[in-house]
Amino acid sequence: MTPIIELEDLCKTYASGEEPVHAVRGVSLTILQGEFVAVMGTSGSGKSTLMNILGCLDRPSSGSYLLDGIQVSSLNRDQLSDLRNRKIGFVFQNFNLLARTSAVENVELPMLYRRNPLSAAEQRKKALQSLEMVGIGKRAGHTPNQLSGGQQQRVAIARSLINDPVLLLADEPTGNLDSRTSCEILGIFQRLNDQGITILMVTHEPEVANHAKRIIVMRDGKILTDTQVQNRLQAADELKNLPTETVS
Amino acid sequence: MRLHTSLRTAFRALLRNKLRSLLTALGIIIGVAAVIAMVGIGNGAKKQVEDQVAAMGDNALMVFSGSSSRGGMSGGFGSAGTLTLEDAFAIKREIPGVQGVTPEVEGNARISSGNQNWFTRLNGVDADYFSIRMWSFTHGGPFEERDVKTSAKVAVIGKTTALEIFGSEEEALGKIVRVRNVPFTIIGVLAPKGASFFGRDQDDTLVVPYTSAMKRVLGVKTIPRITVSVERGKSVAMVVEQVSNLISQRHRLPGDREPDFTIRTQEELANMATATSKTMTTLLGFVASISLIVGGIGIMNIMLVSVTERTREIGIRLAIGARGSDILVQFLIEAVTLSLLGGLIGIGLAFLAAAIIMQLSPMPVYITAGPVVYSFAFSAAVGILFGFYPARKAASLDPIEALRYE
Ligand SMILES: Nc1ncnc2c1ncn2[C@@H]1O[C@H](COP(=O)(O)OP(=O)(O)OP(=O)(O)O)[C@@H](O)[C@H]1O
Ligand SMILES: [Mg+2]
Repeated sequence: MTPIIELEDLCKTYASGEEPVHAVRGVSLTILQGEFVAVMGTSGSGKSTLMNILGCLDRPSSGSYLLDGIQVSSLNRDQLSDLRNRKIGFVFQNFNLLARTSAVENVELPMLYRRNPLSAAEQRKKALQSLEMVGIGKRAGHTPNQLSGGQQQRVAIARSLINDPVLLLADEPTGNLDSRTSCEILGIFQRLNDQGITILMVTHEPEVANHAKRIIVMRDGKILTDTQVQNRLQAADELKNLPTETVS
Repeated sequence: MRLHTSLRTAFRALLRNKLRSLLTALGIIIGVAAVIAMVGIGNGAKKQVEDQVAAMGDNALMVFSGSSSRGGMSGGFGSAGTLTLEDAFAIKREIPGVQGVTPEVEGNARISSGNQNWFTRLNGVDADYFSIRMWSFTHGGPFEERDVKTSAKVAVIGKTTALEIFGSEEEALGKIVRVRNVPFTIIGVLAPKGASFFGRDQDDTLVVPYTSAMKRVLGVKTIPRITVSVERGKSVAMVVEQVSNLISQRHRLPGDREPDFTIRTQEELANMATATSKTMTTLLGFVASISLIVGGIGIMNIMLVSVTERTREIGIRLAIGARGSDILVQFLIEAVTLSLLGGLIGIGLAFLAAAIIMQLSPMPVYITAGPVVYSFAFSAAVGILFGFYPARKAASLDPIEALRYE
């Protein structure tokens, strides 16, 4: 398998306060294509900082980061933008959809910033397909404030996948959702992972983490443990056992 | 990002806050409307002067009493009292190519009829005056050479004065008006001429033989002005030269002394008037341009607010792969759209204002393509100029900080 992420002694130091904060201090890590990794750890252990660097939203203070074979630390602002656009999909805890903008238009958004944009009709078709895939095709015309949290997160996932990224980054994607909705979202992740997308997901809940294939635990900006999941949970099975409710 | 996508995004953002967008554009709207209307009024005045020159003929010249360097136009020509009736007669007698000559005296006078009073301008002229000035009559007719010889108490009345005292032009004919207690019989009503080069209402007048005016009303011996018309086909410049020589001779002025009179052709007077209105137009246009700049500052202000409000949106766009330049263009388009929209509405408003002004006042407004194009381009420039800083600010936001912004 080809490595998607290769980190070598990665450090991130914030110099903003009175004394510098060492948020990430020497992380070396390799994640191969097709992996589904859960990142856990106490609050303030540097998970989000690491995710931001992996997502090319932030730059490391030192160390090397190869994303899909590209040395990220040497890229400029625009090149990082293009990398985020083509190679990475983001799913946030608070969904981060554009307000007063319909679901389908939210999903189209990353396509608008492609260097070689598709035609408007193709964009619309792709966006609707993507919404269909996460089971929310019927709500394409709804704006975020007309959607439940779970539905919004589905829209966000549809958006993150629209440019066929090699890596899906999710920082506490189920943090604002109830257990049933969380299970549904994890089901989507597992299905996407089965289709070959590499996923990195931050979570505080061991229950959620057990849906991944590999769990990394961080403490004080370092990796504490790195283990393969033994008894992996399958969201699809759990959903069958849960009392049936109409989904979306 | 494709341009039409950027345009759609910008339009949407502006439509989301319709009232705010309108209020923001208001500065530009008023600025553009003011520039176009002001320049239009200036052009209207200029065109009026040109029309008057065309109507009066370019074959007239005026001799004013007093030198041009002392006092000049603003000091009021003709106050020096150096011209006499003899000068006027001499011009008529001795210079070939002269068609008509009229001495002119004038003064302000209260005139009355019954219990109606009106303060007007009294003009004392020769019988040639009406043909020189190409002034026709709506009722009655001019006085004649005989009336001038006998200092007859006859008068010709302007439309404004007729309306003020008699209520209508027809009524005025044959009536008696008292000018400083001297009764004059009205034998003619002049066709309306409108405002003069220098803004005075030419129809607010009472015209009497100069002999009557000088002896019976004003009690003066010298005349401030002589108007001369040149025969068609004769050179006006040549007549100017000859008149100048003649009067210098008559006044026994040595060659090196400054003449005690001033000669102006109709054309020169028109040019002076247009120069004045041009200065006014430039000044007004400049003041109006300042309001465009103020409008631009309004746009900048609102765009800065908008960038802060939409920090999170900017963060999201950056996170999913927008380049800084995409964000810059988006906000720049919003600012320019605001200012261009303001410009368009302002142009519409200027035409509306012009129509209203012309409806309600005799002032002509003449809108030309120049100021419309200029102010539209200026408003676009204002949008780019004042939109750039907020757009730059938006484009240089840090994606993580923008995403975290509450
Ligand atoms: N912009 C910043 N400036 C200064 N310090 C920061 C900044 N962002 C994060 N930190 C610090 O870096 C450390 C790691 O923060 P981070 O957000 O990565 O933690 P986390 O593991 O995601 O925590 P949580 O589970 O609560 O989300 C913390 O001590 C935090 O205070
Ligand atoms: Mg975090």
